[in-house]
Amino acid sequence: MANYKDIINSCREKRGGIIEAFHALQAEYNYIPQDALVEAARVFGVSEAQAYGVATFYSYLSVENRGKYIIRMCESAPCHVAGADAVIRAIENYLDIKVGETTADGKFTIELCECIGQCQATPVITINSQPVFNVTPEKVPEILDACK
Amino acid sequence: MAEELRVLLQYADQINPESADDYVKVGGYKGLEKARSMDRKALIDEVKKSGLRGRGGAGFNAGMKWSFVPQDAPIKYVVCNLDEGEPGTYKDRIICEKNAQALLEGMAICGTAISSKQGYIYCRGEYPFVVELLKNAIKSAKASGALGDFDIEVRMGAGAYVCGEETALIESIEGHRGEPRFKPPFPGVEGLWAAPTVVNNVETFACLPNILANGAEWFAGIGATRYPGTKIVTLTGDIENATYFEVPTNVTLRDVIFTLGGGVKNGKKFKAVQVGGTSGAFIPEQNLDTQIDFDSMGSIGAALGSGAVFVLDETRDIVDVVTRISKFFEHESCGKCNPCREGTFRLREIMEKVNAGRGTTQDMDNLLLLSKVMQKAALCGLGQAAPIPIESTIKHFRYEYLRKI
Ligand SMILES: Cc1cc2nc3c(=O)[nH]c(=O)nc-3n(C[C@H](O)[C@H](O)[C@H](O)COP(=O)(O)O)c2cc1C
Ligand code: SF4
Ligand code: FES
Repeated sequence: MANYKDIINSCREKRGGIIEAFHALQAEYNYIPQDALVEAARVFGVSEAQAYGVATFYSYLSVENRGKYIIRMCESAPCHVAGADAVIRAIENYLDIKVGETTADGKFTIELCECIGQCQATPVITINSQPVFNVTPEKVPEILDACK
Repeated sequence: MAEELRVLLQYADQINPESADDYVKVGGYKGLEKARSMDRKALIDEVKKSGLRGRGGAGFNAGMKWSFVPQDAPIKYVVCNLDEGEPGTYKDRIICEKNAQALLEGMAICGTAISSKQGYIYCRGEYPFVVELLKNAIKSAKASGALGDFDIEVRMGAGAYVCGEETALIESIEGHRGEPRFKPPFPGVEGLWAAPTVVNNVETFACLPNILANGAEWFAGIGATRYPGTKIVTLTGDIENATYFEVPTNVTLRDVIFTLGGGVKNGKKFKAVQVGGTSGAFIPEQNLDTQIDFDSMGSIGAALGSGAVFVLDETRDIVDVVTRISKFFEHESCGKCNPCREGTFRLREIMEKVNAGRGTTQDMDNLLLLSKVMQKAALCGLGQAAPIPIESTIKHFRYEYLRKI
């Protein structure tokens, strides 16, 4: 695993690049660990409170540990009318957790999100940012089983 | 009879969007060459004359926007808005996936007009694959020499709809929370790191190469006179062909839905269409013979917005859909100003009550009153537009509300 200091340093030349650093950290850890947040604040010359304020403003960023696979369900109107509610219930049932929770083995986290710009194939979920198209409740077990 | 008119997407799937060489083979970078041979004022005048208006929602004349940039400022920025957060919209992604070099060329043309050496593309966090594509496209364009000394950097957003608002977007590039700024000063005068900054949508930039290569008159002659050119629309909801189309701006909504879109899905009847994304008005059948251009949409109380076209069939429960939309706005409100922070919360609360069958006609009056307050008092377009789906459905589909009361 890359050291969080190296990850942050690789972004330091970018003016205002703290969000880029957060993205890079999340790519490695799936969330922004506390120590890394403090270090990023120092490198980009903002207070810890400000860095925390930025990290918590954006729904894509998380300061809490999450599962290896982050499942996000699009809830925006086109996905809503295409049956997003039924899909999210199927995901919750299959993993036996609720939205916002992580499975006990640390493998899956379920989150809701708004339109991810793949509305040609509603309803859509993403698994670690990769979109999965035309999801139905029936397809949910197969899709999740494919996550090793 | 409505037909597609492919200008931005003419070579879709025939060229590699990352490759500057591919693009040059089909006539790319001729517009930039032309722009560089022109005097700055003549270049801006040419863009003004083409009648090109912003494709990001506000419909502002692009050349006019550029003309506000003070000439004497030492540093200026060109910023491309690829935040594309409006639900039901994915046309900017399509432009990048099919013709990314045209976007880069358009940004460089703008850079020439305002004498800027640095561009930024702010790409939404939901499109990491587009970020990669654009980085490769920029590398290819730089290597080919096409961009000259104009540099472009890609920055990634992180899942905040409000960052599509141009000043919130600037805040986000600066590494801050994406909260809109008070205007004035407008970005053209004081934008990114307090330097004059032009913010345009992807589609706006992508129109420019052809405008320069073929001339302002050519562009002004396409589509609707006051909002010329083509527009990429994305069809969602209960529609047979749930896909994207590039159409001249004088096509009617009816043609978009029933000719290109193949009509309502599964042979059902039409109930309503929401144009312009989730912040747009819902439009009933009797208004479908309206052209999709900015002003025509405005004349029926709607907005072309991003060009999203969301169709609902006769069986859909409009109050339920609008309740869902009210949750979107509550979630996406940045909380900086009170009319929106509190207003979106109350709108959602009342809509849920009505949707659950516990509402009264007094609730409907309150929704309309709150709607007026928010449209007048909210700081940015998010809070101003949030009540529009509610207001327009109470106007056109009042019976759906009354049925639940
Ligand atoms: C809440 C909100 C969200 C917006 N989202 C976008 C967006 O995703 N893409 C976009 O180009 N413009 C968006 N806009 C409009 C921009 O503020 C700005 O007007 C536009 O980028 C200017 O480009 P144009 O003149 O080329 O249209 C949004 C505005 C508001 C108020
Ligand atoms: S209108 Fe809403 S989104 Fe816009 S500044 Fe106010 S609180 Fe933020
Ligand atoms: S509405 Fe779900 S991807 Fe666009």
